[in-house]
Amino acid sequence: MAVILEKNFPVEAGAFTTAGEASTTIKRTLKQLGVNAEVLRRVSVACYEVELNLVIHSLGGTLTLLVDPGKVTLISKDVGPGIPDIEKAMTEGFSTASAEARTLGFGAGMGLPNMKRNASEFDIQSEVGVGTTITMSFALT
Amino acid sequence: MTVNEMAKLIEAENMTPEADGNAAVSCGYTCDLLSWVMAHGAAGMAWVTVQTHMNVIAVASLMEMAAVIIPEGIEMEEPSLEKAKDEGICVLQTKLTAFEICARLAAAGLKGK
Repeated sequence: MAVILEKNFPVEAGAFTTAGEASTTIKRTLKQLGVNAEVLRRVSVACYEVELNLVIHSLGGTLTLLVDPGKVTLISKDVGPGIPDIEKAMTEGFSTASAEARTLGFGAGMGLPNMKRNASEFDIQSEVGVGTTITMSFALT
Repeated sequence: MTVNEMAKLIEAENMTPEADGNAAVSCGYTCDLLSWVMAHGAAGMAWVTVQTHMNVIAVASLMEMAAVIIPEGIEMEEPSLEKAKDEGICVLQTKLTAFEICARLAAAGLKGK
């Protein structure tokens, strides 16, 4: 299907102060496109979680927003370090977040489960030493 | 209940008078784990937290909350307040504890999520 919109947002590792800016911009963009409130909320939650994961866990990466007539797609692609055990990482309550992240109120081990819960489709691919790619889509109908 | 009515009830100072004080509060919540709040937050919510960094505003804004309430005389940092003003999020500060805030709001008829 024809892509209506494609936008890329670089996300820096460890940039806690600016964390959430990409998600806020994405939310605004989708609101302007007339995406309904329920879908908007689910995209926002998943988007913020994945953006925070890039900040907390990755060595840096990019968040891509794709909109086509039937769905919104978010792709998070980082340059490492990769997840050794995806099943464990997907377990609610499991977290490898740093002490700094925990002090800020992150690291509850809710991120990946929250994304999966909110997305219509969720896929995670990871290779240690290479990186992690998370693809989430949200049906618009 | 509006944000202004709520502020009076919990003896709070409104740190963002620019934000809409007549906005309706839909429910109340308290938690300091941001990911937890992302999972359980709701539009129009009044959220009590001791966290005062910028990500609090990002979460409140993404969830379209009515207000963030900071208890026990804790002060929110200036950059966070600036961001709150930009995003139209109301920030209230009070000397009351989170427990007392919730007790008063519940007694006044505000529901939990």
